[in-house]
Amino acid sequence: MSAINVYQQRPGNDAHAESPLHHADLPSLVGKGRKNAGVTLREKAFLGHLTLRGDGRDPAFAGAVFKALGLELPVALTVVANDEMSLQWLGPDEWLLIVPGGQELSVEQKLREALGDLHIQIVNVSGGQTLLQLTGPNVREVLMKSTSYDVHPNNFPVGKAVGTVFAKSQLVIRRTGEDTWELLIRRSFSDYWWLWLQDASAEFGLSIEA
Amino acid sequence: MLHIFCPHCGELRSEEEFHAAGQAHIPRPLEPNACSDEEWGDYMFFRDNPRGLHHELWIHAAGCRQYFNATRDTVTYEILETYPIGAKPQVTGKGASPQLAVSGQGEKV
Repeated sequence: MSAINVYQQRPGNDAHAESPLHHADLPSLVGKGRKNAGVTLREKAFLGHLTLRGDGRDPAFAGAVFKALGLELPVALTVVANDEMSLQWLGPDEWLLIVPGGQELSVEQKLREALGDLHIQIVNVSGGQTLLQLTGPNVREVLMKSTSYDVHPNNFPVGKAVGTVFAKSQLVIRRTGEDTWELLIRRSFSDYWWLWLQDASAEFGLSIEA
Repeated sequence: MLHIFCPHCGELRSEEEFHAAGQAHIPRPLEPNACSDEEWGDYMFFRDNPRGLHHELWIHAAGCRQYFNATRDTVTYEILETYPIGAKPQVTGKGASPQLAVSGQGEKV
């Protein structure tokens, strides 16, 4: 185990916390959209985001990650998940682990223990980004309006995840189900994405889930 | 739109995801203190500006955020190949036929 200072970065449940889309007051918009809306948006707020870096070609690294998480290290452009957490490829030496809020510290400790003295880095980036979940039959049309990346099922099967340009900025698109997509966005861009998605999905109808 | 093959992502991506970062294969002098002013100035500031084949450094800024090298024709903007940092270019313009390499991973779409 290295001498890295690992500590609880998440304030207790008593502390006041605001998600990146707090100002949009999504709970007040639940049930106000069109009936049978083509797109349903939900902010998956307050999850634990950890970036993990290491040598993906080293079997010891992949083995230790599997031992700690029970998830195989995903190959390029994929995301793997179980009931609790998801592990996504971001680059040849970089992965993103998303765990339920509150578990960041214990998961990080478990990972550091399993990885031992390997040359690795784990950083808690929970405060810097958030996940937006889009579901519904017209989500693909909304994505097609927004990005130059090919989101046709032939090119974008379930379980794929790509970082790309989207509208006038960048984000990560993850496909987690037939009609379920997730956008991994930066906190400082959240208002822009919120306005963009409202506009882009207006023609199909947008409903909000809490 | 121009498509560029990212050797890390393993697929063709649109050009707007990338940024060019100048000439490739410029090694930093191992002993900067032993360099003359001219040698250091050459390393620091002087770059080739060829008409034809050019080896360049690119970054997949919106995707995997990794640098890689590309061999590009500065006349036609044809990207003949892309290859990871540390690898040697296949297309060098000396002897090798560019025609042959065009069928490789850097091909136009």
